[in-house]
This record gives sequence, C-alpha cells and structure tokens, in this order.
Amino acid sequence: MSESTENRVGVPGDARLEGLRIAKPDSRLSKLPVIRDLKVAVGWQKAMLITGLVITGFFLLVAIFAPWIAPYGYAQIKGEDGVPFPAQAAPSTEHIWGTTVGGFDVFSRTVWGARTAVIAIVVAVLLSIFAGVFLGLVSGWFGGWFDRVCVVIADAIYSFPSLLLAILMAIMISGGQSSLWGGILASGISITVVYIPQYFRTIRAEVIRIKSDAYIESAKVVGASTPRILGRHLLRNSTRTLPVILTLNSSEAILTLAGLGFLGFGIEPTAAAEWGYDLNRSVADVTAGIWWTAVFPGMAIVLIVLGITLIGESLNDLADPRLRARKSAGEVVGSIEDTSVDPTERPNNDNPVVEEYMATQDPEVAVLARTIPDESRGVIKDD
Amino acid sequence: MSQAATAEEPAVSQAAPKAHRNRLSAGFFKFVLGRFLLIIPTVFILVTIVFFVMRATGDPISAAMGGRLTPEELQRRIHAAGYDRPLVVQYGEYLGGLLHGDLGTTLTDNQPVIQILVRYGAATLELAILALVVALIVGIGLGRVAARHRDHATDAGVRLFAILCYATPVFFLGLVLKLVFSVALGWLPSSGRSSLASEMQFSRLVSPTGLYIVDALQLGDTQVLGDVLMHAVLPALALGLLTAGVFIRLVRTNVISTYNAGYIEAARSRGVGEKRLMGKHAWRPALIPIITVMGMQIALLLAGAVLTETTFEWKGLGFMLSNYLKARDFVAVQGIVILIAVIVSVVNFIVDVISALIDPRVRY
Repeated sequence: MSESTENRVGVPGDARLEGLRIAKPDSRLSKLPVIRDLKVAVGWQKAMLITGLVITGFFLLVAIFAPWIAPYGYAQIKGEDGVPFPAQAAPSTEHIWGTTVGGFDVFSRTVWGARTAVIAIVVAVLLSIFAGVFLGLVSGWFGGWFDRVCVVIADAIYSFPSLLLAILMAIMISGGQSSLWGGILASGISITVVYIPQYFRTIRAEVIRIKSDAYIESAKVVGASTPRILGRHLLRNSTRTLPVILTLNSSEAILTLAGLGFLGFGIEPTAAAEWGYDLNRSVADVTAGIWWTAVFPGMAIVLIVLGITLIGESLNDLADPRLRARKSAGEVVGSIEDTSVDPTERPNNDNPVVEEYMATQDPEVAVLARTIPDESRGVIKDD
Repeated sequence: MSQAATAEEPAVSQAAPKAHRNRLSAGFFKFVLGRFLLIIPTVFILVTIVFFVMRATGDPISAAMGGRLTPEELQRRIHAAGYDRPLVVQYGEYLGGLLHGDLGTTLTDNQPVIQILVRYGAATLELAILALVVALIVGIGLGRVAARHRDHATDAGVRLFAILCYATPVFFLGLVLKLVFSVALGWLPSSGRSSLASEMQFSRLVSPTGLYIVDALQLGDTQVLGDVLMHAVLPALALGLLTAGVFIRLVRTNVISTYNAGYIEAARSRGVGEKRLMGKHAWRPALIPIITVMGMQIALLLAGAVLTETTFEWKGLGFMLSNYLKARDFVAVQGIVILIAVIVSVVNFIVDVISALIDPRVRY
C-alpha cells in the first residue's frame, strides 16, 4: 500500500491519510446543499431527511405525471359516455375515492391538486427569493434611510398573520375570483408578498455581517464596481441559510394556498384542482358522515407538507452543531483507533471525526455558532 | 453539600429582585418608550397597506352590492357615501375616524364596525385562550420529554408528532376531529359555541361578558357550563395542536442548548439529580427565547383562529371575517384586519418588554 516505489517515497500509513480526505476537494455535486447534508447526517436524522426527500419526490412525480395517473380530468363531471358522475358517491371501482357533492372524482382532483400545489410553490418561492434577496442585498449594502424604511415595512408585514395578508393580496390581484393561470399566479403572488420579508431579513443580516470583512474591503480597493461586489462577493456569501428558509417556506406556501382555497379565495374548481377548495366543500359532507371528500385531499396536504418540513427540519438541525445528532461513543472510539499507526488497520471512510471537521468547515454552520470563537470549538484553520 | 445549596437559595432569590430593581433604570425606560413608539409606524403601515389594497379593486359599495342595484342607484349610493372622492382624501378621513375609534359601518348589515369587533372579539379571545392552554400543556410537556431523551426513539416520536401538528392544516384537523368525535363516536357537538338552551340562559344575564365560560360561571348553572365546555373542546384542540407543534420544537431546541451548557455539567457533577437539572437549571434560562417566540406565535394563532372558527362555526371575529369576505363587505373586513394588526403589534411590544426584563442584553 504505502511501500516506496521508483518515483515516490512512501511512509507506512500514507494511504490512511488519503482515507481521511482532508485535503481532497469534494466534487461539485457533493457541494449542493441537500446532497452535502445527506453525507453529514447520521442515524434517524438521516432517516428523516431521506423520508422527506422520498415523500417530496413522490409528489413531484405525481404532479408531473398527473394527466396519466388521474383517470378523469379535474373539472370532469361526466363520463366518456356523457353520463354524469353520481354526486357524493362512496368509493367504488368506478371512482376509487368516491365523488364530491359537485360530482367531481375525488381521486382525480387529489392527483391534479399536486400539480397546482407544486406550481404555486415554485412561483411563490422563486418570486420571493428574487425580490427578497435583491432588496436584502441593496438595503444591507447601502444602509441609510432606504434601509430603515425597508426594515420597518418588512417587520410590519412579518409580524402580520400571513394568511390574512395573502387574502388581502388575493382580493387585490384577482378581486377574489380567479381563472386558470390567473388563479395560480394570484395565489403565488399573494404568498410571495408574505415571504419576501423573511428572505429580506436573512440576507440583510448576513450582508451587514459580511460587509466589513477584509475581502470586501480588498475588492473595493482593487476597484471592483458595486454591482460586482454585490453580485459576486456578497450574494455568494450571504445565501448560506437560504436552503433551510426555502424548504420551510415552501411548506408554509402550501398551507397558505390551502387556507386561501378553504376560505374561498383560491382557484376556481373549473380552472384547476385545489385541495383547500375541496376541503371547503367537504365541511358540510363531514357532518353527514361523508368522509372521503375531506380525508383524501386533506391527507395529500398533510403528506406534502410533512415531506417538505422533514427536509427543512433536517437541514436546519444539520446546520446547527448543537442540534446535529452525534455518532455514539463506541463509533468515535473506533475512529480514534483508525488514526493509530498500526499499518495493518484500514481507515474507515466515513470517519465521524473527519465529518465533524468537515461540518465545522461547512459554511452553513448556524449563526449562533459563529459567535463562538474558533479556538473553543476546537477548529483548526489550515487554509 | 446539597443542604448548603438549598439553604443558599432563598437568599439568592431575595437578592435577585432587589438587584433587578436597581437595574430598571433610565436605560430600561428609554428602551420601553422607544419600543412603544415603534408600534405607531407598524400599525400605520399595516393600516395603509390594508386600506389601499382593499380599495385597489374599486369602491366597497359596488363590490358589495354590484349585481343587486341599478347603475343609477349604485352611483347615487357611492356619491352619498363619498366613495367617488380621491382616494387620498378618503384615506385621510379614514385615519381621522380611526383616531376617534370610528371604523365606519358595515355595508351588508349596517352596523358600527366597532360594535362587531367588541361582540365577536370575546368569542375569539375565549378560543385563543383555550387553544393557548392546550398548546402550552402539550408543547412544554412533550418538548421537555423530547429534550430529556434526545436522539432516542421518544425524541424522534415527539418530533414527528410536532411536525405532523404543524403539517396538518387546522381546518383539516378540525374536520377529522369532527368526523371522529362527533359523527362516528357522537361524544361532542360538531359546531357552534353552545346549544340553543344555553343561549337562552345567557340572554337572562344583565352584563354578559361574551366569554361563555365566564358567563356560565356567572349563571352558576353547571349544565350550561358543561355544554359550553363540550362545545369548546374540539375547536380548542384543533387550534391548540397547531400551535403546540411550534411550541414542542421551540422548547426542545432551547432546553437542549441550555442542557449542553457548562453549568449544567457542573451541577450534575455536584450531584444534582436529573429531574432537578431539567426542572430548574436547564429550564429557567431556556424560558427566555421560549417566551419571545411564543409571543410571536400570536399571529399564527389569530390566522389559525380564522380557519378554526370557519370550520366549527364558532361565531368569533374569524368567522365573521370569512363571512364578510364572502359578502365583499370591505369596510367590515378592513376593521377586523386592523384590529388584528393592533393586537399583533401590542403583543409583540409586550413580548419585547418581558424579554428585556428577563435578559438585560436585549436592551443594548
């Protein structure tokens, strides 16, 4: 293994250093947020993350393949033969999850609803990230009165119940009634307005923290333009906590969309299938003992939010060293043996000590951890 | 050793408030005043946003009465109410009314908005308090259990429960509770705040508070009290569990982080029992962030109340809000939303003051 060859003088144990992969650069792929976290996670924390990914992936697939999965259209109330579907029919072979009071097929509505939910999330999250990040960067960088006004407005909106704000926005955008894409967009934008302050606050706080760092100073000295500093130096370094907020916001976005639908401010049933609307219509059914119109769309909401929240929670835990699950003492002892000089032993690839080290090098270490001086965390900076 | 510790404790707790009072100096009052003044711009911004957003779609009268009146009649009414003047003038007038506590009259049933806020606010207050009690019991209890058994099956189970609480829309949870407890089992009533019989009893009261539990106690009628409580169980449970999900997570995280602190280790090495460690040493410092974030949950609670009240036909502000929204009575909606904005701002102020009292670092 580590014998000397013609060109290289080997020392016993060299291969073990390789195994520690401290100096080895990670591939691009493994630097992506979720994949990187998947590597750090252990035990049931890993199980949580994987479960979340599987559930979310499942809903994404359902959303994409909705036309092939659903036996009927979301607004279809008649069969191919022109015979209307029965109203409030119990689950049967024709309609495996039954039909609603309006004669819609519950299974098809639920499947199509996944598509609406995913589109709404994408619209809401993308718009609020762009707007929030941009405002946060500009506001944090320039400061002054613009900053102060932005902060006061963001705080005011942030403290307000998001659902009510979304209702107000829905009224303003669509007057309360919605068409096909108009409805989805209106809901998406309503949710966007609610979440801009969150991104704004996070990015602004990071920008203010980084602003006085030496490398920003040197960029200025070298003569970099403001857009370049903002776009290259600040943006890259202030987006560390975004994945966590992003996932948590997506789940809130679904709940807000469903809340809007439930209160009658969502998307018209003929425009798209929406779970909140279906639940609204099922309130009267429930007291009559008709459970299928409520349970299935409701479970869909619970599951998709659960999946996304599991991802978000795991990312959050993994980013915070105080919450990250640790390997049990026995495993750590084993890893210490790995670093012994006994050449007959093979190093363990998933060495917890190394992982701990990598994790502290990880830029996603939570804000609180940054206030602790490096020495006390036992981090050795070797770069 | 431990005796010495207990003997010392009363002395410490006596000294603490004295030292505290000394620290409540000019700096603290300056902070409170500054923070109090911050309520004004917050409320002002929200009022402005609400006003202009509601008016962006047109005047309230054509929104509410659109199809039902002839165009001439509509025009006459709009003119009489002054909705054809420039928006800025109307806005100034609305702000002026607001300062006098005048929120206008509803368009659909022609009642002063302020009266509606008072009448239905009590119901929402009652629901919110009951839900908060549920949330605190479940949240603190389970959160501490999870922190004690960190990284074990119990912890994982509790966390999953917390996420489920959060992931379940409150109206769906309400529907499921209804299905199980009132339709399938028939134990509890499915909607409303009380039965008709109790309602009749309440009308006898000279000074009803609107809080049905208090009113029932005033009547001294156990049957009415039982009826009111039976009606309150499901809505309080639905709304309480929603908030409990956040509380569990919050308590767990904060207790874990204090549990890892050096002084806990020190106390443990002195022989302090695990129970006492959790109950006293780790719990107290963890309380500061918990109180802060719990205060911030008031917004979640109020939004949840709108949905819960709609699900259970609990005639509170949320229920009325959703009704007025459907009727497009924007004057009433505006009033309710502004009240909620004021409540949220005031609660945030109180929370900030409490956390400043507990933790002097907040004051800068």
